[in-house]
Amino acid sequence: MGEILDPLLLSRWQFGLTTLYHFLFIPLTIGMVLLVAILQTAWVRTGKLKYLHLTRLFGKIFLINFAMGVVTGIVQEFQFGMNWSDYSRFVGDVFGAPLAMEGLLAFFFEATFIGLWIFGWDKLSPKLHLATIWATAVGSVLSAYFILAANAFMQNPVGFEINEAKGRAELVDIGAVLTNPVAVWQFPHTIFASIMFAAAVMVATAAYHLSRKRHEDTMRTALKFGSFASIFGFAGSALSGDQLGLVMVQTQPMKMAAAEALYKTTENASFSIFSLGTPDGAHEIFSIRIPYLLSFLSTHTFTGEVEGINDLQAQYVQDYGPGDYTPIIWITYWSFRWMIALGGLGALISVVGLWLTRKGKDPKPWAWKVAIWSAPVPLVAALVGWIFTEMGRQPWIVFGLMKTEDGVSPNVTGLTVAISLVAFTLVYGALAVVEFKLIKKAAITGPDEWEHHDDADNVDHSKLATVY
Amino acid sequence: MDLAYLWFFIVGFFFIGYFVLDGFDFGVGMSLPFLGKDDTDRRVLINTIGPVWDMNETWLIVAGAAMFAAFPEWYASMFSGFYLALLLILVALILRGVSFEYRHQNKGVEWTKWFDRMIVVGSAVPSFLWGVAFANLIQGVPMDADHNFTGTLLTLLNPYGLLGGLTTLLLFFTHGVVFVSLKTEGDMRLRAQSLARKSGAAAVLVAAAFLGWTILQHLDSPHVWLIVTLALVAAVALIGSWLFNAVGREGLAFTAIALTIVFAVATILSALFPNVMPASNDPANGLTIENASSTPYTLNLMTWVAGISLPLIIGYQSWTYWVFRKRITRDTVLASSH
Ligand code: HDD
Ligand code: HEM
Ligand code: HEM
Repeated sequence: MGEILDPLLLSRWQFGLTTLYHFLFIPLTIGMVLLVAILQTAWVRTGKLKYLHLTRLFGKIFLINFAMGVVTGIVQEFQFGMNWSDYSRFVGDVFGAPLAMEGLLAFFFEATFIGLWIFGWDKLSPKLHLATIWATAVGSVLSAYFILAANAFMQNPVGFEINEAKGRAELVDIGAVLTNPVAVWQFPHTIFASIMFAAAVMVATAAYHLSRKRHEDTMRTALKFGSFASIFGFAGSALSGDQLGLVMVQTQPMKMAAAEALYKTTENASFSIFSLGTPDGAHEIFSIRIPYLLSFLSTHTFTGEVEGINDLQAQYVQDYGPGDYTPIIWITYWSFRWMIALGGLGALISVVGLWLTRKGKDPKPWAWKVAIWSAPVPLVAALVGWIFTEMGRQPWIVFGLMKTEDGVSPNVTGLTVAISLVAFTLVYGALAVVEFKLIKKAAITGPDEWEHHDDADNVDHSKLATVY
Repeated sequence: MDLAYLWFFIVGFFFIGYFVLDGFDFGVGMSLPFLGKDDTDRRVLINTIGPVWDMNETWLIVAGAAMFAAFPEWYASMFSGFYLALLLILVALILRGVSFEYRHQNKGVEWTKWFDRMIVVGSAVPSFLWGVAFANLIQGVPMDADHNFTGTLLTLLNPYGLLGGLTTLLLFFTHGVVFVSLKTEGDMRLRAQSLARKSGAAAVLVAAAFLGWTILQHLDSPHVWLIVTLALVAAVALIGSWLFNAVGREGLAFTAIALTIVFAVATILSALFPNVMPASNDPANGLTIENASSTPYTLNLMTWVAGISLPLIIGYQSWTYWVFRKRITRDTVLASSH
């Protein structure tokens, strides 16, 4: 019993699952609020009805999703104290500050203006109403920055001093925490990844309607806008990801070694696209490799030296005492590849889609199907990217300062965590099904609801009012 | 160290804000089975809080985060200690939050019924458990030398804790019903006034018992005079609210019951002061403002952040209430097809 109900293991599972679950919704929130704000700006600027319809349609999808982001976020905020109380005691002085700033400067902003946007169509002037969606977007993006700065402290602690007497890390330089190079690059990387996913949802919705020859003009616009946004998102992810990789090599070399399952320190290091090895990953049986790429990703030179797991492990034992400092290699290895591959696939689909639909052409039916079914691809890319980041940090909860096993709440029993893990899994599972169905329904219904009663010169704003 | 005392009040301020604002959201949620005769009625009720419930709930997030930043030990001990109670609150908040958004997305009767139930339960559970949690907080809980809570969920369900829960439940319920009378017209408004008379009377009795017991527990406190004064103001405001409601002055009734909550929470905080989480077994194991707080550097930084952002927050949130000041009627709801 004791073995199965290990509070540490269960807490790790719970934190991992609930955070992944929170992040199911975040990319769509961040990405879609930006796309919707642009669409609404186009509507206010041009007065073309199709922009209004797209604003409302994708606004609705955004809202269905937003509710889940909010309620799962509250859980996140409490879990540090509930499951990781010793961690909270240790880092609270540093880590609490960005979280509190997030609340004061971002969440309040976002939560207030979203209400004004949903219910304010008939109460605010069009320009002021447009400003509320932009304010919501600013809030979302800001909140991402602060939470990523908090996360970056766990990856690369900066701006603190250890107080031995109190046994905790104490903040001495908030500027350093907020300009942590990890945060600086995680931020654009995550925002671009979010744009990619929201764009894929938009493309899928458009493809669905176009394949049925409905709302052709409106949906062509959505298709084009979404495809370009997706390519833009990928380009941004790749550029910022490249920088993030450089920072990672500086701050957590073990993670980069684990990303390639590179055991020996190597110059001219190649990058394997695919490899088969013994189950523990220590010996390779077969692989396809791109020469010099790993060196390039790690150092921006083709010949640079990349440190291997064995040397790093030996060095960490020297620095931090005996222990296993290697993350689970097969997870880091495959999650890193899938992140890049799936992101690239999503962008490729958009490029091909733009080509096939150029100048109003209609592609074959299968092409529409691909566009529809590939919507989740960038989301999965982002999720495995996080699995890479967080699992690659192990065994540390704060790199170099505190191990995950030392952060767990000492007084919370395995049974208690098991109860909450089951509760969250059930509730989250059920809600995921509901949310997916609702978004699908909204996407399939499309702008039908509004298209009938609007005429171009005379949009009755009171009819736009939303009521629960 | 002075800043730590200031932050005790700031964290307290956020919790007061949370209980006053989300308090009436909870009350509106709980009132669905009592005031909502048909679906349109229930939609009227939900729409009274539609644009504001999310920002009201954010007060909790900020209260929690402020506690984390200013008193990490308090955050860690309270949240790990009250684990299962918080789990219940979280699940309730999840179900309630999605229900507002999802209930109208489908037309089926069964569908809406499910979400209505979740709104009612999701509002009642936190209303009750927050009272239980705060009553236990000031009464003191068993803790070890590392400030870890050593009890269980059952430790929290003692008579005083339960009375605290009942108090917040009735206060929030009445607060919400008075809010409904302020935000609706016609029949609904009258029914809300009549319901508030009943629940308000019950709230007066239970709250008086709770506040009285609190005073008795803290007779030896050096500032018992403050605790008594605050409790008395809370009691007077509650009775005032009942009277205003009885004569149909819902604006004043709402203000008065909001003040009741402000002063009731202030009573609790003053009973807590200068502790933040006293230990019932050995005072030395407890947490105080001094031993639970962050460094002066962090507190100073947070003071700047709060000082700059709070006026803005209060400004744009007040503006939101102003934008949505109109009463909601059945016609408003029926005129729009969502
Ligand atoms: C659509 C999603 C997506 C795409 C296409 C990419 N990434 Fe990514 N990546 C993420 C989504 C993501 C993420 C989920 O958003 C992560 C997790 C943490 C973070 O900041 O972003 C991430 C983390 C992450 C990290 C780990 C940072 C750390 O642990 O400190 C590195 C090194 C890269 N990425 C590098 C890349 C490179 C070189 C890409 C080249 C194309 C790339 N990513 C594409
Ligand atoms: C939303 C994107 C994120 C995802 C998908 C994610 C995923 C995960 C996963 C899978 C784990 C479990 C790792 C393990 O125990 O082996 C984990 C742990 C954890 N993460 Fe994240 N994470 C995310 C963002 C964050 C952020 C922003 C923070 C902090 C601000 C954070 C803090 C933590 C903590 C405290 C743990 C528990 C300790 C540990 O296991 O190391 N995470 N996360
Ligand atoms: C593990 C750490 C995390 C914590 C403690 C956390 C906390 C929260 C909370 C409390 C909310 C609700 C806010 C509201 O009521 O409006 C929320 C929503 C949000 N979170 Fe997280 N979050 C975490 C991870 C992340 C990550 C990694 C990102 C993005 C990079 C993110 C971005 C957002 C955004 C944009 C929202 C607002 C939109 C929405 O509610 O869907 N969060 N988060």
